[in-house]
Amino acid sequence: MSDFTHDFWNFYIAGVALVGIIGCALFLWSQGSASYTIGKTTGHSWDEDLEEFNNPLPKWWSWMFYITVVFSLGYLVYYPGLGSFPGLGKWTSVGQYDAEEKAAAADYAPLYDRFKGMAIPAIAKDAKAMEMGQRLFRTYCIQCHGIDGGGKDGGFPNLTDNDWLHGGTPERIVETIGNGWQGVMTPHDYLGADTVRNLAHYVRSLSNQPGVDAARANLGRTAWMNSDCFTCHGTDAKGNPDMGGPNLTDNIWLYKSDEATVIDTITNGRNLEGGTTTNNRMPAWKSFLGEDKVKLLAAYVYGLSNK
Amino acid sequence: MSQEKIEKNVGLLIVVILLAVIWGGLVEILPLFFQKSTTTPVDGVKPYDAVQLAGREVYIREGCYNCHSQMIRPFRGETERYGHYSVAGEFVYDHPFQWSSKRTGPDLHRVGGRYSDEWHRIHLRNPRAAEADSNMPAYFWLQDVKAKDSVGKNIEAKMQALSLLGVPYQPEDISNARKALGELTEEDVLIAYLQGLGTALTTFK
Repeated sequence: MSDFTHDFWNFYIAGVALVGIIGCALFLWSQGSASYTIGKTTGHSWDEDLEEFNNPLPKWWSWMFYITVVFSLGYLVYYPGLGSFPGLGKWTSVGQYDAEEKAAAADYAPLYDRFKGMAIPAIAKDAKAMEMGQRLFRTYCIQCHGIDGGGKDGGFPNLTDNDWLHGGTPERIVETIGNGWQGVMTPHDYLGADTVRNLAHYVRSLSNQPGVDAARANLGRTAWMNSDCFTCHGTDAKGNPDMGGPNLTDNIWLYKSDEATVIDTITNGRNLEGGTTTNNRMPAWKSFLGEDKVKLLAAYVYGLSNK
Repeated sequence: MSQEKIEKNVGLLIVVILLAVIWGGLVEILPLFFQKSTTTPVDGVKPYDAVQLAGREVYIREGCYNCHSQMIRPFRGETERYGHYSVAGEFVYDHPFQWSSKRTGPDLHRVGGRYSDEWHRIHLRNPRAAEADSNMPAYFWLQDVKAKDSVGKNIEAKMQALSLLGVPYQPEDISNARKALGELTEEDVLIAYLQGLGTALTTFK
């Protein structure tokens, strides 16, 4: 099975490589065996007395060159290079990578094995585990959740406040990291701008935001009950971890809490599929990181809120 | 052959120099064009659509390749962070490829699907808003320019040129290119390009 469209190329590569190497050796030999008159110049002279000798190559230099020729032939015997000949060493870059992975797996397995039987709250109390978890977190998680896990405005949740979109039990955290999540807020522009505004006032009243109009909030409460808000946020607006609907009563905001932003959120929704590609979501990490690392990360994240 | 003879014969000198220069290329470059692993796309690799292609132009114009590579080498230290190492068959529709050779920022070959569009918007407009320690420049103006007025201006010609190089665009891909760009901004198309990077072999769902 050749990677080339035609076997010719295997012979071609081997031929060009060998002719090149042997050609170098022959050329070197021809230069070494030519006759020179030591001290004879080429007749060129510059700057009055700067002249060019035509002496034979220094011996040490010629021998170094011969050594490189021998080395390259040895190299092509051991390593792949002559067409489809794999070399006596059977080296491939993928093979080297796989060996590296295997060695690393053997090295690291004992580290992770220690946590296999442990419950996540116990791992979260283990200093070594938290150190490892922090390194993982800083490689894979801080881009969205911040170096301290404090999240960012714009839909990137704070992981340190013990407020959970998808539930804060150890099992739920493992599931969220491993399988990902996408909480979707659907657009509610069909309710009309005025009703949306009432809803915004009601939602903002739940966490005592400044500038809430009591009359509008009241109307908003009715609209809340008549609309589908409660399916994701619960009738008490305390959220629904099965739907990923945030608790709206606790003054913790994924997007900003000002009236304009809340109106925008209700009107246009959040995290909708469509547009050019994907919108905000928690990606699934299990296939990339494997269960051991997901568990350690879950313990680290659990530890951020349960000190 | 004495040096004197070569030096005093310009024609011969040219021939000998050419031979020396092309010898390595004859064995290292020429056969690549006849190698299946470099000329056949791996499963799932598709030509860039018009939007991604325009985004790729933004990527090149802004010099993203000066700081970001698109080449994950088969070393554990790289695959642990970025995902599956890059293979040649992923770049058959890249003319030219954006492998780059320097990483001031991270490698981007598997960035597709890793972050949300929203994240990219926040990050492109002000990288510090996403990553406090980032030293990446802000590209806030990309949101103000329509792709059809800049990078997409001659999108059909670009796609035709790529067709000549063997990218299998259908005639309707090219005739619908302008429609696909619509009113999208440079930021939109750049994000579309980034979100499509390296998704064929991703270990990341």
